[in-house]
Amino acid sequence: MLNKNIYLILIISLVFAISFWIGFNVNLLPAEASINAPIYDELFKILFIIGLIIFIGMTIAVIYSLFKFRKRNDQIGDGIALEGNLSLEIVWTIIPSIIVLLIGLYSYNIYDRMGGMKELNHNHEMMNSNTEKIWAGISQTSDNEIAINNLSIEVSAMQFAFLFNYPKGNFITGELHVPVDQKVSMKMESKDVIHAFWVPEFRIKQDIIPGQPTILNFTPTKVGKYPIICAELCGPYHGGMRASIIVEEESDYNEWFNKNKKPEVNL
Amino acid sequence: MTISIDPQKTNNESLQPKGWLRYFSFSLDHKVIGIQYLVCGFLFYLIGGTLASAIRIELASPMSDFMPRDVYNQVLTLHGTIMIFLWIVPVVNGAFGNYLIPFYVGARDMAFPRLNAVAFWLIPPSGLMLVASYFVEGAAQAGWTAYPPLSITTPQSGQIIWILSVLLLGGSSIFGGINFIATIIKLRRPGLKLMQLPMYCWAMLGTSLLVVLSTPVLAGTLILLSFDIIANTGFFNPVLGGNVVVYQHLFWFYSHPAVYIMVLPAFGLVSEILPVHSRKPLFGYTTMVFSIMGIVVLGLVVWAHHMFTSGTPPWMRLFFTIATAFIAVPTGIKFFNWVATLWGGKISINSAMLFSCGFIINFVFGGITGVALAQVPFDIHVHDTYFVVAHFHYIVYGGTVFIIFSSIYHWFPKVTGKMLNEKLGILHFIITFIGFNLCFAPQHWLGLNGMPRRVAEYDPQFQLVNQISSLGALLMAISTIPFLINVFLSLRNGKDAGNNPWNALTPEWLTSSPPPVENWEGEAPLVEEPYGYGKAISEQK
Repeated sequence: MLNKNIYLILIISLVFAISFWIGFNVNLLPAEASINAPIYDELFKILFIIGLIIFIGMTIAVIYSLFKFRKRNDQIGDGIALEGNLSLEIVWTIIPSIIVLLIGLYSYNIYDRMGGMKELNHNHEMMNSNTEKIWAGISQTSDNEIAINNLSIEVSAMQFAFLFNYPKGNFITGELHVPVDQKVSMKMESKDVIHAFWVPEFRIKQDIIPGQPTILNFTPTKVGKYPIICAELCGPYHGGMRASIIVEEESDYNEWFNKNKKPEVNL
Repeated sequence: MTISIDPQKTNNESLQPKGWLRYFSFSLDHKVIGIQYLVCGFLFYLIGGTLASAIRIELASPMSDFMPRDVYNQVLTLHGTIMIFLWIVPVVNGAFGNYLIPFYVGARDMAFPRLNAVAFWLIPPSGLMLVASYFVEGAAQAGWTAYPPLSITTPQSGQIIWILSVLLLGGSSIFGGINFIATIIKLRRPGLKLMQLPMYCWAMLGTSLLVVLSTPVLAGTLILLSFDIIANTGFFNPVLGGNVVVYQHLFWFYSHPAVYIMVLPAFGLVSEILPVHSRKPLFGYTTMVFSIMGIVVLGLVVWAHHMFTSGTPPWMRLFFTIATAFIAVPTGIKFFNWVATLWGGKISINSAMLFSCGFIINFVFGGITGVALAQVPFDIHVHDTYFVVAHFHYIVYGGTVFIIFSSIYHWFPKVTGKMLNEKLGILHFIITFIGFNLCFAPQHWLGLNGMPRRVAEYDPQFQLVNQISSLGALLMAISTIPFLINVFLSLRNGKDAGNNPWNALTPEWLTSSPPPVENWEGEAPLVEEPYGYGKAISEQK
């Protein structure tokens, strides 16, 4: 009996060790290029390790049972008439409940750190007299902060392209340029069907909905060129509906911005 | 309630064709209807599988070069619709439910035999209509979710035929659900208590409740969508002031429970198969019943987790995160109970057992990614990517389809009186298991790294992993060959099975194989302990 317990403890610690090793050493995610990305990857790592422990544990239990309890040729009759075990049932109800609850609380914390709990509608209702209701994706900033800097961009999506309007510079581009380490706020609306704005390296995604503007805020942290991918089936060329986001140093961005800037036209 | 044989029905039965012809007739025999569902579903599985192969061929190269782009969207729409509405739902509910439930409750047929036949005969025409829509003006191409405004703006005839076909299939499903509830509640043999029923009855009771509660919502939604398409109404059309997000809420109010409509019966079937082949009682019967009902209740209040990137307010995202993640608890209980059922048994390692164990491993994997997907911040990155595709194939293929095969190996001797060949069965399992995991495991990585779903073309950096996935799909396609050979060979000259080759205790085995038209020659037996293995050794041997 003592031996059996030692083996059990050994196997469980081995499962934990393997899971932690894989969790910390196997990277399944693309580069981290926004302040959301490291927060996301932290959650991913925790879920990955818990998942591995459960998956490896269950797989070992099934395969072990198949070998250990397989019917030998000389055996007749049935296994033990064990119909259940109340304390075991309670254990494997309560432990998963606690794990699920902790994961839920932790992911709430992650979501809050990503800015998901910021109430955006409120501010907009105060600013816009027509109390337009706007749904928000993840945002790390309040609208007041956004209002101060220049980086509010209007995104319009259509079959099968994204257009980026820089109201402050009075121009429209097909390629999104943003300076590194600055908060960007986008108000997005679709001209035809539902599209989605996804930048895998930023770990953000928000649907772009016709007749219903959505808001998405982010802060890039790494200079480079990343794909913007439409993630909602939008028609035959859905797979080709891509654009690029170019994150540059502030000086490069200003140069690009001033080159494209058009004078205000007073109508 | 006593069981009496309706004289009118017996008269009808004598007029009906005998032999193989009865499978093409409007038969009222639940056993015939069950087989009709199974064979019809399997034929559609072959069609849906062919479409899946076409998708994997297209995705073997990063360019859209195998078929035109709009045809690709039609193929993926039909693949999803056929696999869900014409293969998994009808087979796992209709086929096994019709065949087994009357045996399990000790009845001679379902409560409403004519409704039952109508429910089945709605399926072949609507399925054929769906496939035929491809040849009219092109099939529907808005995905099986048919989100407006895309579904309003794509060619109309295909979308309308799709709606009509799904409405008929939904109707068939509701008829079936009503029939199962009535049969399980009202047709139980005198003396048989609810808590003595085999677990599949509980699974079908839970599933049928979900069918009856949620399918009408889908029907209503699709009718409104068809008004938008045909009559230019503006329920969902944003141009006319409609709201596209409302459609998503209504659609997922059915379509998330639909996942449980596909997996709960599989949970029931595996609960029948494992005790028989491990010669042990089902572990924790009562908790299993409560977990089924827990999944039914929770399953109705989690739909918005499909909409975390749509317009959803923060509090709603949080509520649906917690509710969704909690489904893992009753589901987890079931899996722990199944492993505990294996533990200490005398396990026969045969095809039915292997497919059931494959199911446990695959489903646990899909369940873990499911709990991760329930977390809003996690989901926002991978929503609508290949990660999700991989996740739900682990649930519906690695889970339910594995159980369909397991059940075929388990009940084939009951239905035909012949055994299936074990060597071919184990070969079938090995190819399916390797092919399935090779096909879908790499897709998790694809989704995490930036490949959206439903695309005909992709970033060339993903080519190698997509080719590995396509190779897995090829193995899955090949795996049906030993299965089909096995079925046809065994039907012709399989080993004689006897009445009860597995020494099982559930009521369907306590009659001849194949069973007589009235299920038992005399009275239906009263089975108080369908899982009494190990208790009555002296009686059995």
